[in-house]
Amino acid sequence: MQIAEGVQLVTFAILSVLMLGAALGVVLFANIVYSAFLLGGVFISMAGIYILLNADFVSAAQILVYVGAVNVLILFAIMLVNKREDFKPLKNGWIRQGSTAVVCAGLFALLSAVSIVTPWKISTLTPLASSVVPLAKHFFTDFLLPFELASVLLLMSMVGAIILARRDFMPDNISGETSTQDSLTLPERPRELAGK
Amino acid sequence: MLQLQYFLILAAGLFCIGIYGLITSRNAVRVLMSIELMLNAVNLNLMGFSNYIDPGEIKGQVFTVFVIAIAAAEAAVGLAIVLSIYRNRDTVDMEQFNLLKW
Repeated sequence: MQIAEGVQLVTFAILSVLMLGAALGVVLFANIVYSAFLLGGVFISMAGIYILLNADFVSAAQILVYVGAVNVLILFAIMLVNKREDFKPLKNGWIRQGSTAVVCAGLFALLSAVSIVTPWKISTLTPLASSVVPLAKHFFTDFLLPFELASVLLLMSMVGAIILARRDFMPDNISGETSTQDSLTLPERPRELAGK
Repeated sequence: MLQLQYFLILAAGLFCIGIYGLITSRNAVRVLMSIELMLNAVNLNLMGFSNYIDPGEIKGQVFTVFVIAIAAAEAAVGLAIVLSIYRNRDTVDMEQFNLLKW
């Protein structure tokens, strides 16, 4: 990393404050559209922290996959499930929130204490200038089988998501007349338009 | 100088925020967003260890790329399930998804 250490520290402070603030906004905002956009903020600041950790390829992949795919997917889901409903408040709902907050604070304290107390074996090697070539060597030598399995898993999840999100087809329409003009379309229920 | 502990504490904070959102939020889409936050915290841990303990042979970054791929698949399937439940139950309230209650 060619940046001066003070600049690194200030950058880390800014990025971490941005990330934690945006994450709190994701959890606490009442409007879910704001939450989705703040989630994009979390992902982008996470990519900046990856650059501070000398990982250029993973930082680019983080922006491409998370901001470009996952966040857009979540926005589309919010748009499709766009129902303004006011949730009825649970009775004794504050017990759940309070106990969850206490447990989360305790977990945070425990994890922080562990990470401070443990004597990590910090390596003295200088980090690599670019991580792309070593990553590619890993992917195509010792991690080849998981890499190919990940591609199969992505294909399976794509097919599964399509099947789950498709509208149900009507079986009586299939058994009756055999329509030939729309044989290339998926059999599904005609949807009711939203404007009615 | 940046220490490994800073990144670990940051990841712990993000993970705890994710757990809090996972348990307390009512909207099903927000639950999926909290899961994404937790996955990002785990990724940050892996990247920190990869940079500070194993900088010569960056296996933590390899695992991070795998986790990113799995998280994308998980988000797609999870949102499809939310969409399907929304069509059946006409709500996204987590408290009314009691189909498995006996």
